[in-house]
Amino acid sequence: MSGPLHSPPSLYAAIATRSFRRYSTYTAATLAGIFTNSVFGIILSFAYLALWEQNPTAGGYGADQAVTFVWIGQALLMTIALWSGGSTDDLAERIRNGDIAVDLYRPVSVLGWYLAADLGRALYHFLTRGVAPTVVGALLFGLVAPAPAGAVGFLVSVCLAVVVSFAIRFLFASSAFWLLDATGPRVLLSVMATFFSGLTLPLNLFPDGLRQVALGLPFASYIQTPADIWLGRHAGLDMLAAIGLQVAWAIVLLAMCALVLRAATRKVVVQGG
Amino acid sequence: MVEQRPPAYLAHAARSYVQIALLWVRAAMAYPVSFWMMTVSGLLITFLDFVTIWLMFTHIDAYGGFRLREIALLYGVTSIAFRTADMLVGSVEKIGQKVRSGDLDTMMTKPVPVLVQLCADRFELRRLGQIAQGVAVFAWAAPIVDWTPQRLLVLVLALVSGVAIYFCVFVIFSTIQFWTTDASEFANAFTYGGNTIMQYPMTIFPREVVRSLTYLLPLAFVNWYPCLFLLGRADPLGSPGWFPFASPLAALVLVGVTALVWRQGLRHYRSTGS
Repeated sequence: MSGPLHSPPSLYAAIATRSFRRYSTYTAATLAGIFTNSVFGIILSFAYLALWEQNPTAGGYGADQAVTFVWIGQALLMTIALWSGGSTDDLAERIRNGDIAVDLYRPVSVLGWYLAADLGRALYHFLTRGVAPTVVGALLFGLVAPAPAGAVGFLVSVCLAVVVSFAIRFLFASSAFWLLDATGPRVLLSVMATFFSGLTLPLNLFPDGLRQVALGLPFASYIQTPADIWLGRHAGLDMLAAIGLQVAWAIVLLAMCALVLRAATRKVVVQGG
Repeated sequence: MVEQRPPAYLAHAARSYVQIALLWVRAAMAYPVSFWMMTVSGLLITFLDFVTIWLMFTHIDAYGGFRLREIALLYGVTSIAFRTADMLVGSVEKIGQKVRSGDLDTMMTKPVPVLVQLCADRFELRRLGQIAQGVAVFAWAAPIVDWTPQRLLVLVLALVSGVAIYFCVFVIFSTIQFWTTDASEFANAFTYGGNTIMQYPMTIFPREVVRSLTYLLPLAFVNWYPCLFLLGRADPLGSPGWFPFASPLAALVLVGVTALVWRQGLRHYRSTGS
């Protein structure tokens, strides 16, 4: 049954490793993705430079910080699976075709299994589609480097971003328990994630009101929070507060996942007769 | 393959396209809730896309020398052309998948051109939502144009040529998958990337970029040169005065290149045999 994470850590490490290897077999796809992320990074960099040329302090960012923000966004969008993908897509498919019943009766936590697989995937995407475009951006535009504390905080923040994103994707994928097909909800999720993560425009450029709402939503964890930590906008206690908010969202959302899974398990049992 | 004279062949191809497309429309309509959810989502994606540009204008008055409604005009034209092409081109981006699954072999045995089958496959009527958004943004911008019959003609030529140009971009960069089957994302840099870059005035990009978008991949003929004419503005980058009328020429050349590339790709294709 899907209890808490009661299996040995080595099991989850093994799941994560397999997942990492699975993604690493698609070399051409990775190279194509790095190319595409870089092209979008270049387009958006020029778009932002034109904005900051007119208003050099828009949103409290300098032009060099704004360009750095662009490349952090391009680097993170696959790591956090912004447009979905990853283990939660497998989940939705297994719910649809009924294989989920097998998962539910494994002596391993379903939530832990899928989270471990998603972390393995995220690490692969971070090391390839995260690092490579950032190098391209640094060579072409010269990015702002983080302070040592900012670099550490950034890495912690990215890990939490993956967990938060995983939990939200897990919840949306779980809608398949009731809707059978989770395609519609998934598209809706990617719309919200694109706009409220800071990918298209840093949330600090949103007008008052909308900005406060956006910064409070879990989507801010995806790109806005790690980027602001990298850029030193969240430093010291402020950084801890920003990371604290991410932790709070991670806990709340994972708890919701566990509840949904429990309700869904009952439903599957009932269906099974 | 049916050996026919070109006009009859084209008519056969068009008829086949419509037949296959209608099949997929009926299939999508079997799940009306899902269909409308996806249509609204598509509308919302592109809506927020333009909201982003609008939000940028809460911090500035002009962007690369252009005001918000002038940018909306650029945005509207490229968006209508791109989204229409995207709908017509269907799943040509998924050539690699079809090669791996062996579906392409099946397509080869049918008396309908492979390109027609690929484009009509999984035809998505829901993309009308995204086209509608482009039309709405264009309609909002249209009053700033001092309309004359000549300007209307340039607009129509730009839209038709624009659809053809984006269609070709989709096909050309999908052909790469005949060589590397899992590199579908490579095409996105030119298709979606192309549409994104054309949403901005060319004045914000370096000269080399604008030259490439004129002479290498002629996306600037989709909206940049025609819209300058609609707005009655001289090109800040000093292009020839006849460029706004050259969109059909650019489209025609690209169609020729695409035909060559596509044929080359098909010739290179070897079944996976699985």
